[in-house]
Amino acid sequence: MIQDELSRLRLKLIAVTLAFSFIPLLSLGLGLYAKFYDTYTEKIYGNLRNLADNKKVTIDLFLTERVAQLSNLALTESYADLAGDAYLERIFGVLQLHSKSFLDLQVIDQNGICVSYVGPYQLRGIDYSREDWFRTVMAKGIHISDVFMGFRKYPHFNIAVSRREGDKTWVLRAAIDSDIFDSLVRTVQLGKSGDAFLLNAQHVLQTKPRFGHDMFDTVPFPDIPRFSGTRVDELTIGGEVSLYAMTWLNLKDWLLVIKDDPGEELLPLYRARWLLILLLCGGGTLIVIGAVFIANGTVRELIRAEREKATLDASLTQSSKMAALGKLAAGVAHEVNNPLAIIMEKAGWMRDLLSEEDIKASPNFQEFADAVAKIEFHVRRAKDVTHRLLGFARRMEPTQENLDVNLLLEQTRSFLENEANFRGIAFVRDYQSDLPHIESDASQLQQVFLNILDNAIDAIDKNGSITIATRKLPDTPEVEIAIADTGNGIPRETLEKIFDPFFTTKKVGEGTGLGLTISYSIIEKLGGRIQVASEEGKGTTFRITLPVAS
Amino acid sequence: MGLRVLAVDDEADFIETLVKRFTYRQIPVTAAGNGPDALALMEREPFDVVILDMRMPGMDGLAVLQEIKKRHPLVEVIILTGHASVESGMQGMSLGAYDYVLKPVDFGELLEKAKKAYERKKLNESRADA
Repeated sequence: MIQDELSRLRLKLIAVTLAFSFIPLLSLGLGLYAKFYDTYTEKIYGNLRNLADNKKVTIDLFLTERVAQLSNLALTESYADLAGDAYLERIFGVLQLHSKSFLDLQVIDQNGICVSYVGPYQLRGIDYSREDWFRTVMAKGIHISDVFMGFRKYPHFNIAVSRREGDKTWVLRAAIDSDIFDSLVRTVQLGKSGDAFLLNAQHVLQTKPRFGHDMFDTVPFPDIPRFSGTRVDELTIGGEVSLYAMTWLNLKDWLLVIKDDPGEELLPLYRARWLLILLLCGGGTLIVIGAVFIANGTVRELIRAEREKATLDASLTQSSKMAALGKLAAGVAHEVNNPLAIIMEKAGWMRDLLSEEDIKASPNFQEFADAVAKIEFHVRRAKDVTHRLLGFARRMEPTQENLDVNLLLEQTRSFLENEANFRGIAFVRDYQSDLPHIESDASQLQQVFLNILDNAIDAIDKNGSITIATRKLPDTPEVEIAIADTGNGIPRETLEKIFDPFFTTKKVGEGTGLGLTISYSIIEKLGGRIQVASEEGKGTTFRITLPVAS
Repeated sequence: MGLRVLAVDDEADFIETLVKRFTYRQIPVTAAGNGPDALALMEREPFDVVILDMRMPGMDGLAVLQEIKKRHPLVEVIILTGHASVESGMQGMSLGAYDYVLKPVDFGELLEKAKKAYERKKLNESRADA
């Protein structure tokens, strides 16, 4: 019952300690981690965004410059001048002076026919009128194509601008080496698995990425509608989670994508996470050990206090019981003594009268005499009981003499030596030779010793031993006298009642059941304690502790 | 002049028997049922030994003893007690009682003590006279 309660209390203590330790620990750890995570990812995202922004500006600038060059040409030169191959070649030379990216240059008239051309191929006379780009450039004034191989077998793209001159519109078109994008995009400094590439609106690669795909491959990329600025997202593409910074170019519907491996970028973060988990586990283990330790300690302390209380309760109960019984015994003894006195006197009077001559002659004289003798005998027996009861109850101040307990025990033992010898009982003496003297009442103590030794002899009946041991208790200023017999022992139920008045296991008339009661009250009055321990079939041990002389 | 006894006890049966047994032995004895009666009797006639019960209703044995010792210092008192006896017996002794006897009393012992008390009284009287 109490065990259950204590183990429940123990669990409760552990739970509360754990809760109050883990909640702050976890919230602190997780809070710090969350903050760190936010800051760190923000920084990484920011870096990626900056990178994408810069590249976008560079590529846009490149395109703008090329478009501006062509536009300037178209605006400053006339169709008539440019339609001549020789002049166009000179102009192309000037263009290439600025940028080696220009691969060729051609002029196309209103009908889509190439009228002049400078470059590695012979394109003059080709009709572009059915091409989409031609229609676009005629309508919008500018067209930038996707990157393609064309018959050059070399990745490039075209920029075409149109010019309205009088009632005629003509087109200036240049092919531009797209290697420039590769080098621009590839210069992005990324980690081991980082990548950067351009995608057109149909997710076709416009540059050669570092990994996986080749140029002009269609990448399984989610449809990203055009947006302004730069976005950084974590996307899962082909079962692989990566960080993507994406931005649309201004001049062309190309998406600049910078891919980064979050694993690599976030490695310090993961390290921090592992460190955190490790610290939490370590801290948690310590807390658990601490909580269990504290709970166990507390419960142990409680058990100890509970035991002490139980012992104290038991001894208080015993002493208050003895006090109450003492009063009762004194009252009973007194009330019984008065009638006994009268019976005694009446019997005495009868005895007096029986000595008269005429009664002596009576035939029943002997019967009378016997009856009177029996009455007197049994009144004396009753008187013994009441006087012993009064002895148990009396509050006489015990005398205080300096006593050698060993010597007193030895004297007491000698009284019983003959009886013991006769019954084949040996005394084993285990006296501490330097036992300190005590201040006590020798005759009362002797009464107690005699009583216990007498009981021990009765308990053994025949053949056995009685061990008498004395020692100074190590922790308290007390001496202990232990008297152990090898008798039959006392059953548990009986052991509780052993100090009660009139409790006896002896035959009627052999014992009054007051011996141990009186012993108990004497020892208590002398400031000591008397305890009994017994094991059935093995024997009984009485332990008396008495204070040492101060 | 022989021993003259005054027995004081509130137990009528007890005192009656005691009187019979003293009388049977030709010792003059008078009975009193309580303290004031006993003191009154002592004013009227002389006694040598008073057998006095400790517990009596009204005036208790100790008070009677003190009164007797005040008025008749030479009269010897034997205390008779049935209660937490040794203590009150000792108290009585300290107040000048000759001895104390525990109830139920052995008549022989009581008689012996009464005789010894009488002898002491004689001794004290002769000393007082001298």
